[in-house]
Amino acid sequence: MNRKTGLTMMATSMLVLFGLLLLAACNKKEEQPANTMSQEAAPAPAATPIDPSTVATVNGTVKFDGTAPKPSKIDMSQDPACKGMNEAENIVVANGDLANVFVYVKDGLGSRTFDVPKDAVVLDQQGCKYHPHVLGVMAGQTVQFKNDDMTTHNIHPTPKDNREWNESQPPSSPAIEKNFAREEIMLPVKCNQHPWMKMYINVVKSPFFAVTDKSGKYEIKGLPPGDYTIAFVQEKLGEQDQKVTVGPKETKTVDQSFKAAAE
Amino acid sequence: MGQPAQPTSNAGSSRAVDPRGNTLKAIPTTYNRAHHIFAVFTACVAFVVITAGALVTSNDAGLSVPDWPTSFGYLVKVPHFVGGIRYEWSHRMVAGTLVTLTLTIAIWTLLVERRRWLRWLAVAAFCTVIAQAILGGLTVLLFQPPAVSTAHATVAQTFFCIAVAIALFTGRKWVEEQPRVEFDQRRPSLSTLALLSIFVLYVQLILGGMFRHHGMSWWPHVANAVIVSFVLAWTAIRALSVYSQIEAVRRPAIVMLSLLITQLCLGFTAFLTRVAWGKDAVQPELPMVAATVAHVAVGALLLATAVVLAIQVWRHVPVAFAEPLPQGQQDASAA
Repeated sequence: MNRKTGLTMMATSMLVLFGLLLLAACNKKEEQPANTMSQEAAPAPAATPIDPSTVATVNGTVKFDGTAPKPSKIDMSQDPACKGMNEAENIVVANGDLANVFVYVKDGLGSRTFDVPKDAVVLDQQGCKYHPHVLGVMAGQTVQFKNDDMTTHNIHPTPKDNREWNESQPPSSPAIEKNFAREEIMLPVKCNQHPWMKMYINVVKSPFFAVTDKSGKYEIKGLPPGDYTIAFVQEKLGEQDQKVTVGPKETKTVDQSFKAAAE
Repeated sequence: MGQPAQPTSNAGSSRAVDPRGNTLKAIPTTYNRAHHIFAVFTACVAFVVITAGALVTSNDAGLSVPDWPTSFGYLVKVPHFVGGIRYEWSHRMVAGTLVTLTLTIAIWTLLVERRRWLRWLAVAAFCTVIAQAILGGLTVLLFQPPAVSTAHATVAQTFFCIAVAIALFTGRKWVEEQPRVEFDQRRPSLSTLALLSIFVLYVQLILGGMFRHHGMSWWPHVANAVIVSFVLAWTAIRALSVYSQIEAVRRPAIVMLSLLITQLCLGFTAFLTRVAWGKDAVQPELPMVAATVAHVAVGALLLATAVVLAIQVWRHVPVAFAEPLPQGQQDASAA
């Protein structure tokens, strides 16, 4: 093989390689038949019966102890379609009441199993923010991601124990439905288009959870009588637990307070 | 002081002499201006791609376009140009341009270049840019695992160094000038120091990449910065103090020293804006983005300069080896 032939062969093989790559690139990715791809979850066992006449309620208020930090300002100028409230929601305090705390029964339910609600939980993207900022769902329950903005978002959960995914959602496109198979607290969800957009999904096995509202209040209903550990989880301030015993039909108030994280 | 030697040349004499008196064959080649300018342009575009990639990472926009190799299902259709898409899509388009430029320079080199090793270097450049594109795709499809993202960052700078080397080898000075050669008898040799500089810079690049991509804490990168500073300063000072009369060595040594000082300042600023002040930031803030992108860009220039210095040292300041004499001759000289 002379030198010229060798050169020609090298050039040809490089062109062929490049052509193949271009060809692969030109093949438009096939659309999913429906935006309902979910994680494979084992069939749930039958729910343990609970006597409705004995169920108890746990409620309370979560406070922030000390001077509340000023909410960080968000600069949304990189997308003209984003016209939302431009304050971060990582610590939301009003009159000492702490919002967006996920409260759930961490321990005490034993081997009880629960039916997964058939209704989907909606997570709305509006004003380039997630509504709600903190969400609780049962493992296997459908979460419906909606886009009410006139801009493209991408939804990117970054879980530790569940499957990671990343999908874009243009304006006026149908809702994306997903579920999370495994229990995971404070599973971050973010948008890579708008880096300030962050929220947390809490995936639990029982229906006994709540998220504190703007007045720091929460309520967990339908709890069978027993001894429980109630966990209060805040994205920046961490987790605090309390033990509680509830009798039949009892309503117990369990308040909690968080201190500012040490610098 | 190094030991002067007879000059070697690619253009003029086709023969050169090494310190042992052996005659080396040189391949006569001619300067091709258009080819060289295209090689320089390709290296410049590679630098732009690295800077664009740094912008993507600093703005946390790496996954704003969730598919690859297409972007929202299309190869080149311009998407809604807002948010993180601006950075990621632009990075992809400039990178695509770079692949085309590299293919062109590779074919052009194969057709016009007589130096076989340079033809192979051009082929290596093309293979590297393809590997780099695939790593970029894997970064997207695997949701930015730190190891893959760091490999993407490292191979990018490897490609940039290859592109710079091709630009250097096709340059008029390299092709036509008779290099001034001085043999290096110091230990460690300048050649060893130049290679060590490249090695510590690569380690630094990997540590920095792992930190940026959340695979490692910041402190290994900062700790290695001390080693990098020491090795690079040693190399540059040795080059300037002993071989400053050789312009081809003096220039990259001065540039390397200047870039090192700049890079240390940028690294400090990036640390302050990212780690010290920006750890609770709700979104990437301009001072952090500017400092980090500049830190990455100057880091790439620093690595490329170290490579250029190593090449020039290899050419102008070769290592002089003491030739072992047969036993009988050693005894005679001792007597």
